[in-house]
Amino acid sequence: MAEFWSGFLLPLIIIVLQILAIVVPLLVGVAYATYAERKVLGAIQMRQGPNIVGPWGLLQPFADGLKLFAKEQVLPAGANRVLYYIAPMLTFLLALVAWAVIPFDYGMVLSNLNVGILYLFAISSLGVYGIIVAGWASNSRYAFLGGLRSAAQMVSYEVSMGFVIITVLLCVGSLNLTDIVRAQEKIWFVVPLFPMFVIFFISALAETNRSPFDLPEGESELVAGFMVEYSSAPFALFFLGEYANMILMSAMTSILFLGGWLPPLDIAPLNWIPGPIWLALKIAFFMFVYIWVRGTMPRYRYDQLMRLGWKVFLPFSLAWLVLTAGVLVAFGWLPK
Amino acid sequence: MAFLDRAARSFFLSELVTGLSLTFRYMFKPKVTLNYPFEKGPISPRFRGEHVLRRYPNGEERCIACKLCEAVCPALAITIEAEPREDGSRRTSRYDIDMTKCIYCGFCQEACPVDAIVLGPNFEFSTETREELFYNKQKLLANGDRWEAEIAANLAAEAPYR
Repeated sequence: MAEFWSGFLLPLIIIVLQILAIVVPLLVGVAYATYAERKVLGAIQMRQGPNIVGPWGLLQPFADGLKLFAKEQVLPAGANRVLYYIAPMLTFLLALVAWAVIPFDYGMVLSNLNVGILYLFAISSLGVYGIIVAGWASNSRYAFLGGLRSAAQMVSYEVSMGFVIITVLLCVGSLNLTDIVRAQEKIWFVVPLFPMFVIFFISALAETNRSPFDLPEGESELVAGFMVEYSSAPFALFFLGEYANMILMSAMTSILFLGGWLPPLDIAPLNWIPGPIWLALKIAFFMFVYIWVRGTMPRYRYDQLMRLGWKVFLPFSLAWLVLTAGVLVAFGWLPK
Repeated sequence: MAFLDRAARSFFLSELVTGLSLTFRYMFKPKVTLNYPFEKGPISPRFRGEHVLRRYPNGEERCIACKLCEAVCPALAITIEAEPREDGSRRTSRYDIDMTKCIYCGFCQEACPVDAIVLGPNFEFSTETREELFYNKQKLLANGDRWEAEIAANLAAEAPYR
């Protein structure tokens, strides 16, 4: 019995608690990301945003959640029942499992994977399945077109994102996310690799189907794209998954370019603040930029989106990759 | 040179940065929101809202059942039936307005020779059921009693222009 306790049950309880310690703040973050989005968009348009539910409208996300879960679930005629319900779960689940490898501080990571960045990349690529399955299983042409667009868009932008990640990896010499952050102790990668940072951020917008690349849900022509047939809890899962993906992409950008949990300067008042708070601040900053971009840019046309992905970002990131590699070799700066 | 200029501008995303800085500046401008249920905007004395049937100061209802409003109503929203009252005066026995048909053109008010039917300043009369919007004479007279002060002031303000 003691064997069972110390060998199986205790580690299980600890890991479940660790997972909860990541997932619960993440979901609260997702809830307040929707609130922040409405507030910031409101401010940009000289409106107030939600301000009725709770002080300054702070309870609005929970009111929205309650409303969504209280709504009627509709299964469209001719829909594939199993896939229809699996798709939102898949989207939501994939947005959560990626957090297993995100380091919040030195040694503060659920699973210190040596191929962490590959794992992240693989999970974010799998995200397209949730969307394309939703589009197909809904048995609706709007949803189907939205799913197709999303798949094409995510595949296109993953290529240039891959090159950006390779550039960073060249400067680090490791696929471990903790090592990537520690390699930035002297200087954040955003300084030497600024153009790649911009490309990565714009690709992240496309990867999470955010404005100005939100064609999969372009309401002017596809109503709501792949999620047009969803309502109630499945819709809420898509919604949560989408915002969790945005937070994940912000975390990835912070870790790759803004030095993860590291303070901007390693001096007295700044390095008193614990690492997880720095990471949260950086994520919050990127979330703000996501919303800010949404409040500024009109939606791309589909051919422009493809042109930008394949004819601008791909050659540019490839050229910069070669340039970075050349500089690293020429000056002997390659990591050991 | 024009080519270089354009290339540099697109390479440094100058238009995107301009747009982003513009929206950033707008974020700190004062909000123009009217906090609607708590604050309300001004309404013209000519505002055409919910209908009322008015009374004379002595409590006698103004409407004389001439049916001009029923005749002029382009949406056929008004239904009137009339018969002589016990004292021999001509009054309506039924005065219904289907508020779901009404287009708030104000012709009934224009047509009325005794200022009985008036479109008042009230626009917050939404209901939960459709049936509640089929107004009868009783409801319209009650509206009149409720809004008489505002309506009288509005009519007085408009009198010089008529």
